[in-house]
Amino acid sequence: MSMAPPAPNLPVSLAANPRLSSWVKFTVEGRVAISPGKVEIGQGIVTALAQIAADELDIEIGRIDMIRASTATSPNEGVTSGSLSIQHSGRALRHVCADVRQRFLHAASERLGIDAGLLDVADGTISGPGNVRTSYWELSGDVSLDHDAVAGTVAKSAIARSMAGQSIQRVDIPDKVFARPRFIHDHALSGLLHGRVLRPDVSGARLIALDEGAARAVSGLIAVVRDGGFAGVVAESEVAAEAALKALRKGATWSAGQPLPNEGDLAGFLRSQPVETTVVDTRIAAAPAQATHSLRRQYTRPYIAHASIAPSCAMAQWNSDRVHVWTHSQGVYLLRADLSIVLKLPVENIVVEHMEGAGCYGHNAADDVALDAVLLARAAGGLPVRVQWTRHDEMCHAPFGAAMAIEIAADLDADNEIVGWHHAIWSNGHAARPGRATQPALLAASEIANPYPRMISTNPPAANGGGGDRNSVPLYDFPAWTITSHRLLTMPVRTSALRTLGAQGNVFAIESLLDEIAALRGEDPIAFRLRHLRDERAKDVLRTAARRAGWRPQKQSGIGHGVGFARYKNTGAYCAAIAEIEGTGDDIRVRRLTLAVDVGEAINPDGVINQIEGGAIQATSWVLKERVRFDLERITSTSWTDYPILTFSEVPAVDVEIIQRPEVEPVGAGEAAHGPVTAAIANAVFDCLGVRVRDLPMTRDRIIAAMELTS
Amino acid sequence: MPVIQFQLNGATVAVDTDPDQTLLDVLRSRLGITSPHFGCGAGECGACRVVVDDHAMASCDMPMWSVADKTVVTVEGLGTAEQPHPLQRAFISEQAMQCGYCVSGILASAAALLKRNPSPTEAEVRAALDRNLCRCGSHNRMVRAVLRAASEMSSS
Repeated sequence: MSMAPPAPNLPVSLAANPRLSSWVKFTVEGRVAISPGKVEIGQGIVTALAQIAADELDIEIGRIDMIRASTATSPNEGVTSGSLSIQHSGRALRHVCADVRQRFLHAASERLGIDAGLLDVADGTISGPGNVRTSYWELSGDVSLDHDAVAGTVAKSAIARSMAGQSIQRVDIPDKVFARPRFIHDHALSGLLHGRVLRPDVSGARLIALDEGAARAVSGLIAVVRDGGFAGVVAESEVAAEAALKALRKGATWSAGQPLPNEGDLAGFLRSQPVETTVVDTRIAAAPAQATHSLRRQYTRPYIAHASIAPSCAMAQWNSDRVHVWTHSQGVYLLRADLSIVLKLPVENIVVEHMEGAGCYGHNAADDVALDAVLLARAAGGLPVRVQWTRHDEMCHAPFGAAMAIEIAADLDADNEIVGWHHAIWSNGHAARPGRATQPALLAASEIANPYPRMISTNPPAANGGGGDRNSVPLYDFPAWTITSHRLLTMPVRTSALRTLGAQGNVFAIESLLDEIAALRGEDPIAFRLRHLRDERAKDVLRTAARRAGWRPQKQSGIGHGVGFARYKNTGAYCAAIAEIEGTGDDIRVRRLTLAVDVGEAINPDGVINQIEGGAIQATSWVLKERVRFDLERITSTSWTDYPILTFSEVPAVDVEIIQRPEVEPVGAGEAAHGPVTAAIANAVFDCLGVRVRDLPMTRDRIIAAMELTS
Repeated sequence: MPVIQFQLNGATVAVDTDPDQTLLDVLRSRLGITSPHFGCGAGECGACRVVVDDHAMASCDMPMWSVADKTVVTVEGLGTAEQPHPLQRAFISEQAMQCGYCVSGILASAAALLKRNPSPTEAEVRAALDRNLCRCGSHNRMVRAVLRAASEMSSS
């Protein structure tokens, strides 16, 4: 009995938003509006998506206007996260534009009386034999795009694309070097007022009394807003709003807070909390081998701040029972869903429109500040209100990337070959995004008069790459393993999605222990990895990085080299990193990072390199310096002095090679480098100093402590 | 409130302002200059840097009284799309940013550097940008862009 081939599926974003006109519109003569549901967060996505559209439509990229996402008009593509924008939006647009092109060719064929197969499109002009021609714009009255996309539309073959694969210049950069307002922070709405919100210094404290007198006396004040434990001011100018907030703070009485863990013993804290335990994966050996001994190691990473250069900002404007919100949120529809719960308004009454903010590396305070603006704007008499957080609030009230403790026990045989592998993770969940639950995830929702409980972060399902367990299942062909994730059910420090979720910690742990075992065996760490990998693309990135870095460089005193590898989420981009570090005494400096990456088809190779470089440098910053600081009462790393990041003089040289595979569906590049770079630096530290540092960040103190432990 | 006069991007401006108000706030809220960005309000991140009398300075904690009679240049005064400053051209050529929020402050630091040192070494460029933070990790591209601009300026 033969089975019919399965019906081809629409790309996931298109299945959810099949109407062609929601993605593509031929507007005025010579222009095309492309409307993705994903948003620009500094990663260059709008340029890559424009390239895909230009290719399939056969138009010059300069004709394309990329429309910012809005719940009023855009397809709902959920959240811009997880390195999925090229996969989701890119595939949808490729399909939509191929469909649209076919429809126009069909209409042109009818109008010109020429078989569609003989027609060609060049920069929007459709021409055929006998010098006949028309264009998308001439035909746009005849061709309705108010149709749903159908499965089975065939896009161009890789070889027929002319824009994809080109490092064309990003469309947003000229605005940014010529000071044309592009950021939400720079957008001047008519009649704009300014708001600021009062938040406690002590973690978990609630506003219980407020003397508003002094704030009310501030010149330029429009309103003091109080809703239970939520309080803020609206004023004519930022200066007045800040002065009023300062006055309001003096009049505030707070409850006691909720104690924070002991920052000096994060692993002890994480491993002693109530947890929900999940067995992520097990593999049982076909022929169990006898372990003669076991290596058990614990790795930790601290809470990490998003620390975007811009404080979060939003604007909101009420018009009777309708509200318009301008936000740099990663998910306009998700934010709208949470606003709808808090405001008890139907979603139709809320428009959420995206505007660019500064670089976004996950769920930061963008959504929180949007609710702040909405609540304050209720007191603004229909005028728009802009709220901008302070640096202090950004560094202590926004969600952090979750701290992790990871223990791996490797069972080894007499030759130190791995026969069993036990990986356990203790961590808070890595996601508490808005719009996903029946309760809102927005900060002010937990402060208002009838507060919602603070959402305890959870983990995305394994099918979406998991959360704390992301990249915990080895890509290596070990004979047996057990991977266990313990998600904390308490959350004294607020956590949510930060770039890579748990992958950075897990890759750091796996790749560090592999390095240790290779060293124990006296085997080259790259040869050891290659021997345990079955995936040729994985081996290729390792070999490419090795060749490019001249592996294995001659041993020199004071210099160390290390390697790290991962395939992000085990389904995304392959990345191998080799770090060269310089160690002087107990201080280290990362001199050079060499990376090889395979994202399948690289739509914009320079964009991919930019993302990998940026990821590598950010990871270096995390590894060497970053750690949210707190005492038992409050977050104390609330400025750049207390939360230092890598500076220009400290940044390593970064060299990236892309392995282009134009025939393979593209995947994102933004999170591929963090895990491999973290591990590569850790392994280079061992090569250089002879100590294994298993706690991040690898500060001087940590290195000294590791040295003392070794000696 | 006193009137404070200074040169802004080649023109004389006079602002009636509280002398303790910051230059950043006056530029953004009164003078329509949006390139310097608020980042921290403490002069630590460099997003608000502008060129004051040939020195790159944080404008977020610079009181207006200290700006009187000074010369202030922001990215708006550096060049235009039609007549770009070599730095602007180089930042486009090198695609030297990701989000770009920090870029105005970095252009200010770089412009001041090239004024006092037209042929900086890479280390000198890095040192000149050390008080500008970039969170996206575009540092090396920006350094290359500054060196490219320097080389272009010296050969013209």
